[in-house]
Amino acid sequence: MIQICQRAIRLLLLLAAILAAGPFSANGARAGAFEDALPVLTGKGFAAVGEAVDALAASGDPRAIPVLEALSDGDLYYRESDKAVFLARKGGEGYLLTDPGTGEAAGTGARGDFQKIKTNNRLRVKIRTALGALGLFSPDPQVRIAAARSLFMDPDPALLPLVDDALSKDDDPGAREALDLARAAILIKAGEASTPADKVAAIRILSQSTSQGARALLGGILLDDGEGSEEVRQAAGKALQQIETRLSRLAFVENVFQGISLGSVLLLAAIGLAITFGVMGVINMAHGEMVMLGAYATYLVQETFRLHAPEALGWSLPIALPFAFLVAGAVGIAMERGVIRFLYGRPLETLLATWGISLVLQQLVRTIFGPTNREVSSPDWMSGTIEVTSGLLFTTNRLWIIAFALIVLFALMAVLRYTAFGLQMRAVTQNRRMANAMGIRSGWVDAFTFGLGSGIAGIAGVALSQIDNVSPNLGQSYIIDSFLVVVFGGVGNLWGTLVGAMSLGIVNKLLEPYSGAVLGKILVLIAVIMFIQKRPKGLFALKGRAVEN
Amino acid sequence: MGKVRRLSRTLAIAGVAAGTWFGATAAQAADTIKVGILHSLSGTMAISETTLKDAMLMLIEQQNAKGGLLGKKLEAVVVDPASNWPLFAEKARELITGDKVDVVFGCWTSVSRKSVLPVFEELNSLLFYPVQYEGEESSRNVFYTGAAPNQQAIPAVEYLMSEDGGGATRFALLGTDYVYPRTTNKILRAFLNAKGIADEDILEEYTPFGHSDWQTIVSNLKEFSSQGKKTAVVSTINGDANVPFYKELANQGIKAEDLPVVAFSVGEEELAGLDTTPLVGHLAAWNYFMSVDTPENDAFIEAWHGYIKDEKRVTNDPMEAHYIGFNMWVQAVKQAGTTNVDAVRQAMYGQQVKNLTGGVAEMHVNHHLSKPVLIGEIQDDGQFETVWETSGTVIGDAWSDFIPESAKLTADWTYPWVCGNCEKPKYLGN
Amino acid sequence: MSNAAFPHAGHRPFLLRLGPTGTVFVILVPVVAILMVAGNLLLPPSSSFHVPAHVMSLVGKYLCFALLAMSVDLIWGFCGILSLGHGAFFALGGYAMGMHLMRQIGDRGVYSNPLLPDFMVFLDWKELPWYWHGFDNLAFTLLMVLLVPGLLAFVFGWFTFRSRVTGVYFSIISQAMTFALMLAFFRNDMGFGGNNGMTDFKDLLGFDLRSDGMRSALLFSSAIALVAGYLLCRRMVDSKFGRVILAIRDAESRTRFLGYRVEHYKLLVFIVSAMMAGAAGALYTPQVGIINPSEFTPANSIEIVIWVAVGGRGTLVGAALGAVMVNFGKSWFTGALPELWLFLLGGLFVAVTLFFPKGVLGIFGRRLTGWPLSLGMPGRTRPRKPVEDATGD
Repeated sequence: MIQICQRAIRLLLLLAAILAAGPFSANGARAGAFEDALPVLTGKGFAAVGEAVDALAASGDPRAIPVLEALSDGDLYYRESDKAVFLARKGGEGYLLTDPGTGEAAGTGARGDFQKIKTNNRLRVKIRTALGALGLFSPDPQVRIAAARSLFMDPDPALLPLVDDALSKDDDPGAREALDLARAAILIKAGEASTPADKVAAIRILSQSTSQGARALLGGILLDDGEGSEEVRQAAGKALQQIETRLSRLAFVENVFQGISLGSVLLLAAIGLAITFGVMGVINMAHGEMVMLGAYATYLVQETFRLHAPEALGWSLPIALPFAFLVAGAVGIAMERGVIRFLYGRPLETLLATWGISLVLQQLVRTIFGPTNREVSSPDWMSGTIEVTSGLLFTTNRLWIIAFALIVLFALMAVLRYTAFGLQMRAVTQNRRMANAMGIRSGWVDAFTFGLGSGIAGIAGVALSQIDNVSPNLGQSYIIDSFLVVVFGGVGNLWGTLVGAMSLGIVNKLLEPYSGAVLGKILVLIAVIMFIQKRPKGLFALKGRAVEN
Repeated sequence: MGKVRRLSRTLAIAGVAAGTWFGATAAQAADTIKVGILHSLSGTMAISETTLKDAMLMLIEQQNAKGGLLGKKLEAVVVDPASNWPLFAEKARELITGDKVDVVFGCWTSVSRKSVLPVFEELNSLLFYPVQYEGEESSRNVFYTGAAPNQQAIPAVEYLMSEDGGGATRFALLGTDYVYPRTTNKILRAFLNAKGIADEDILEEYTPFGHSDWQTIVSNLKEFSSQGKKTAVVSTINGDANVPFYKELANQGIKAEDLPVVAFSVGEEELAGLDTTPLVGHLAAWNYFMSVDTPENDAFIEAWHGYIKDEKRVTNDPMEAHYIGFNMWVQAVKQAGTTNVDAVRQAMYGQQVKNLTGGVAEMHVNHHLSKPVLIGEIQDDGQFETVWETSGTVIGDAWSDFIPESAKLTADWTYPWVCGNCEKPKYLGN
Repeated sequence: MSNAAFPHAGHRPFLLRLGPTGTVFVILVPVVAILMVAGNLLLPPSSSFHVPAHVMSLVGKYLCFALLAMSVDLIWGFCGILSLGHGAFFALGGYAMGMHLMRQIGDRGVYSNPLLPDFMVFLDWKELPWYWHGFDNLAFTLLMVLLVPGLLAFVFGWFTFRSRVTGVYFSIISQAMTFALMLAFFRNDMGFGGNNGMTDFKDLLGFDLRSDGMRSALLFSSAIALVAGYLLCRRMVDSKFGRVILAIRDAESRTRFLGYRVEHYKLLVFIVSAMMAGAAGALYTPQVGIINPSEFTPANSIEIVIWVAVGGRGTLVGAALGAVMVNFGKSWFTGALPELWLFLLGGLFVAVTLFFPKGVLGIFGRRLTGWPLSLGMPGRTRPRKPVEDATGD
């Protein structure tokens, strides 16, 4: 109880400070409050840091915003010698320092001289609330929206007057909507302090929102035995139902999206195999290792960037694409010339030889790069989520992978259809002797076809490095799925590979919520086995002679 | 003419093959003390176990630099069980009877330990097992230097329920479908129930090994956590599957402040394969973090970097377990004056070695160590920052108090017990 | 000389019909086994001819693998069916035996439950699942060792052969089958011990599994099983039935047009082969002391095929030899060259397919085998074919 009172008093102080200062201005901030708060940060333990956060928030000083953000991100340090606080970023051998008071660069410092100011999750929540309060009056509407959202996440009843004040002054529709929601959340969390009528009004606002947060708030009302008003409980129950209906509809859409995204991963992993196995008939067990080589190529490119041009790291993936293609393609051509060309017409023996090659490649990578995972980071443009409609979030990297898989597929189709090489390739697979007679060097066409398939596997490795381990075992986990996709879709048919991958992905994901991940996968495998009985040559079988052999 | 020659030729081939079997078993003279290292260097577990092999080689080299043991040099015998569980048993047998090693340091997965256990018991040799595990086992031939559930899982959940940890009242227990997560979650469920958390506030979910598509499960977590109670995730997801799991968490924008994940199988080594910026604030519970600032730890890290010749390599909890286990074994051998297994086993009890994180580890009669428990938050540099630790050390418990069948069992390998799973004292010879 | 290819069945004594390699094999395997048993039991450990226990279980394991390789050779070498899922039959046999051994532990488990194995106690199961009943009886277990793999082979083969799934398609879906089984057995809820599988076996027929006598008995049984398996296979392939399956391998459609029910022949060979694999698995489990789902991994099944290729496809004895050689190499190199052995193993597979397509038996005197090797390697006897046909082989 005392704690709550203390907290309320602290927040009222903060409120008074901000209101006194007035929005959009730092001039009125209590002089010296910011400067006084900084040294508190260097105190021992999380409690001291917590006090400092309160003090910083109460200062109402806009300079507190970057300091709190840095604290939350773990970028705030103090110098051990004089306890001076700095915002610090790693650069070269030491830290690049920024003075929190002036916001200007303050030179560099050696690592040993500085101590990081630690935070934990509880402090981060506190910081988020403080930032929310501080950001409500920012001139930038985006900052205001973000501030309102963080208040929605951690609603603090003491901040109600502040939110009301912000609402009365804000005329940006986005910010107003966010503020309305934050206000509703605060009203609901306020307990005795808000009237049932207030709460019902708040519930009405929340019921329009389709978010897990709103549902959590409404659920909280029903769970709270202290909530005596029957009216409120009923309204909450009804609103919750509305939200759940919408959410479950969205969940289905999301599920299908996840299926498509899994399908596109399968597609990426399988496209290369659709060439080496589907078109050329090589049971290429080293296909997974080509994917792995592509992922390691990505790692190499990123390492080079990290060493020489860390600011351009975002470009590493586009540059890794051709590199991975060339590396995997070159290994593929070497494999074809060195081993596989002696085995044409003996498909089952290509299985044994390529299995041997895959063991060698795995161990080679393990010897060179070590057995542990390598770090491949995601560029900024591939992280985060996109909100399609309220409550429906698609992850950006999955969207990229879906787009990328389709681009690779269609580019490959175009190569096969419209280029001279594609023509020669089709000629050689359809009638080798005739192609030879027409002057096509079928041996080299074979080599480059295999190189193309391997290179595409390498490109897939670039994409898979974004969602999976970059380790010597990477390829192993995709090889069986890849073969299943190609066989299920119909050997030698790229459309079949597309449809096969997508249907396996979607079916798998639709089953998963009901059966669990393992059973879902087993069911899909059994379904494929049964399907092959019905159509022994896959979904899109190549038209051939009526009798095999 | 041909038949006899053909026959003799075939016989010759067979003879050579048979001869090599016998040749393989010829024992060598023992002018060194042999230390067997049984860690996978290929296959799926190589990712974790290779580091431990290197750590052992380093420790042995250090000991030899100090003049060896009992006036003899230590000799490492490295084999590769290739992440193949029956091969673990075969290699263990080969190490003990073929190479005549005096002690074995090895294994990572529970199944590999279960596979070699009968071999060590039959041949009465010693195994030091360095990884956190599910408990529910006690063998007089195995010293468990990793954490038992009460040295990792229970303190971690207590932290999550505390005010500093966020005061969680709803838990999602996520694990790979094998014995360690199953047992740990069973213990945790009993513990949470005892703390007044109802079963509907506990979600248990299992995934296969190497699970790489976490979209559905992470969406489920989001939904599970939005029911109006503060929720936390306890992850016993195994090795390979962690990287895609954390990548998916980051992509779906789950922040540690809202839904903290505490992991028992994620250490510095696993984080080395990840960009940890979006994961800051998620937690792990171990007995050791590389970031802990003690003179012993600094010296260990420096020695490791010097040995492996790579400043970027990290150290982790199982490496510390080997460090403690190896040094204890060395002390015990010195005390016993012999490498004889029975003498060394007796000498092991009560052996003390300084932890790298401060405090002293002691070997107890149930073959488990007393260790401090640390909770760390993931930092953006791939390290952990300790946010909470036990005030003293915690004694490892072979049999959990939270499982009815095992609560009544006692592991004690000193007279009059000499039994790992008994309810009453058992005397030698019956 | 080429007449020796098809010895006239029935007119000559059985041993002669086996040809020199077969004869040597049938005699040598039991003799080596007896010598090893004697070396283990009769000679004192100090003797330099004493066979230590770990060699006994190692050789026992090789013999089980040899039998497994032979079962694959029977369908691949003689019937042209490349199964990439044979590890599943082996593992099922192994699991059946494992269940019997688990039941034999009785109340000596850590929780001292007289009925339930430890892993069920810890999963809180109160009673034995129905499919565990009967396995306390060895005769029933042995029946299941053959029946369960045989039944799976029957169901799987019935569907696939009838719908004429052949060649690579068969290989891939057999791989999918073993993969699905692996996932299933990994699940703790299946009641087979999950990832840990079954281990810590105590005794069989009342004899301690760790005793020298038991090891010798198991080694000897494995040797006998291997020879019996060999004789059974030879009996099958030397008969008229054998000619038909060879015909199926070399020209399936033509055989069908001649009026043979191809799918019935294939099905029968497949079932026999699966049962052999199951028997091998049952002998394997007590000798290595553990059975777990990793036996189902597709990589294991591929490896079996490689043993056969290394030894010589379509030669039976070669398959056994290949299994022993590759596994001996594995045992040796994982100890001697732990960092390099995968290079050697991988290199070996490439070298064998490129330079010794007839396997080891092909290098050492092709006449020795008493079986025309050219029939074992269809790829070599036919002209190089256009690629489009390759997948439909």
